[in-house]
Amino acid sequence: MTRQNPLWELTLCRFREFAREPEVIFWVFGFPVLLAVGLGIAFRDRPPEKIFVAVVSHPEAPSIVERLKRVPAVNAEIQDPQQAASSLRLGKVALAVALGSGYEYRYDPTRPDSLLARSIVDSALQNAAGRQDPVKTIERAITEPGARYIDFLIPGLLGMNLMGGGMWGIGFVIVDMRIKKLLKRMIATPMRKIDFMLAMILSRLAFMVAEVVLLLLVGRFAFGMIIQGSVASIVAVAFFGSMCFTGMGLLVSSRAQKIETVSGLMNLVMLPMYVVSGVFFSAERFPRVLQPYIQSLPLTALNDALRSVILEGAHLATQGPHLAILALWGSLSFLLALRWFRWN
Amino acid sequence: MTLAIRCKDLYKCYDNKVDAVRGLDLEIPTGECFGLLGPNGAGKTTTIEILEGLLDPTRGDVEILGKRWGQHDTELREWLGISLQETKLPEKLTVREVLTLFRSFYRKGRDPVEVIAQVELTEKEKTWVNKLSGGQRQRLAVGCALVGSPKILFLDEPTTGLDPQSRRQLWSLVRQFKQQGGTILLTTHYMDEAERLCDRVAIVDHGKVIAIGSPVEMIATLGGEHVVEFALDRTNGKTLSSECLAELASVMSVRSESDSFSLHVQEPHLAIPALISYLRETEVSLVRLTTRHASLEDVFVKLTGRHLRDE
Repeated sequence: MTRQNPLWELTLCRFREFAREPEVIFWVFGFPVLLAVGLGIAFRDRPPEKIFVAVVSHPEAPSIVERLKRVPAVNAEIQDPQQAASSLRLGKVALAVALGSGYEYRYDPTRPDSLLARSIVDSALQNAAGRQDPVKTIERAITEPGARYIDFLIPGLLGMNLMGGGMWGIGFVIVDMRIKKLLKRMIATPMRKIDFMLAMILSRLAFMVAEVVLLLLVGRFAFGMIIQGSVASIVAVAFFGSMCFTGMGLLVSSRAQKIETVSGLMNLVMLPMYVVSGVFFSAERFPRVLQPYIQSLPLTALNDALRSVILEGAHLATQGPHLAILALWGSLSFLLALRWFRWN
Repeated sequence: MTLAIRCKDLYKCYDNKVDAVRGLDLEIPTGECFGLLGPNGAGKTTTIEILEGLLDPTRGDVEILGKRWGQHDTELREWLGISLQETKLPEKLTVREVLTLFRSFYRKGRDPVEVIAQVELTEKEKTWVNKLSGGQRQRLAVGCALVGSPKILFLDEPTTGLDPQSRRQLWSLVRQFKQQGGTILLTTHYMDEAERLCDRVAIVDHGKVIAIGSPVEMIATLGGEHVVEFALDRTNGKTLSSECLAELASVMSVRSESDSFSLHVQEPHLAIPALISYLRETEVSLVRLTTRHASLEDVFVKLTGRHLRDE
């Protein structure tokens, strides 16, 4: 029998071991899809909620209610003064309108829905009373795909998954092999260390393509997401991200002797990025002073690049700075990992 | 005769505290099956891992087939077949996949299918490693060492924890390898394994070789190839003196251990009647009397005053 290529054999074995672990398959492929579906349903687009308004009982109250019924967003009803006060206090209504010589608006100015109610109701009543707007306005609703939460979410989940896959998929496996003395057994053969490392990377890349395609398919067919960028540029960005986190996975596992150690290290690296790097909400929400740090994190760079390419159809060349951040983190981690790596 | 393994004045301290190996010399010619015998913690694994090039000695000189670690690693790795103490091979790969993987690392080697047949795992060829018994896993580990067609086989405690049948299967693999001209270095704390399998044995204790030679030679140094062991009934408070026992016919040496004695004798058919009549004279009665062949265990006890399994 002729000798097989060792790099091919190592990659193939990594593949088989991966495919034969149902739990791993779930966490890598099932979990992000479930998360996307769950969050997509929770934050799906709904018609805006009605604003409830109380009109304090008065001979003219019914005509006021009649006028407000023409405003689609408002739901008005007549209440006696005590009832109106109580409804306002309990938040059942956003605004109470009392009639006298003019209109008296009672509301809590710290509640956004009350401010909105006051503005809408006032405008409706003033127009009904004959006010003319000096400037003509037209309104156009923008609810096309690309601006919805699910559109924002899918690239974030993809970034998160590439990070988790790179870190767990490499770090956990290497420490496990070290504990089982398999690393030591392997360097007791003529195996080239570079083949071993390359096999890890190659198997990661193959899983990366599968992860990207799967999440994009879910986004496209379950949520009607419109993918603006080319698949090639999306995969290219994912490649940079995947390589970066593979390097970081190698680094955290380069010396760890226990699963607990490497789990702790990985959580230390990943948890802050889950929060600040714009997976579930925009990284821009954090204070301005923190932005330089947040923007230089690899997951922030990856998520931003993925969103630009997927949602805006940005050309790969425009993502240079983001890709540079990923390349820097990745290559630095690789170099340190190679230097510190402990086989036995 | 060319030397397969030579090491001189080998020292290894861990973290500048524990001296695992303290000045160890070995010369093993090609074609020999050599055993490192000693209790747990004697420094056997440290020694074999230094020879395998997996650990650096604190100081000392190692030559494997005339080559040195650090200079000829690539060739040496091709020439050595290694089975570590307790390696866990990938659980979800099949026997065949594991051997094909290990075969791919070597420039020259054997057909994995042939090795599978040799280690008697043909029926388990498509079985995942985690479904194998302890003995089958150990044979697969030896298969991984054999698949590169090595010149020297290193086996660290190959039969620890195995049932008697699995141990015999492993012994036969070692014998086959030796018959084909291979050199073997194995460590064990089973004296019977060392006696049956090894051409020569080094007894290692506290990081040093305390005796070296063929099992037969070493047992011969005891002076008697037979051991008579007996225990006395102490109810009447009487006991025997070692000096008087040493005077008995054919007795070479005497050892007493709490309430029992063991005599090394050349000819039991002379020593036992003499012992019985002596006991009758002194009015001491026996609760137990056994005889057996002397073993490497007795050599170890004589040299250290401890049993191999005491640690």
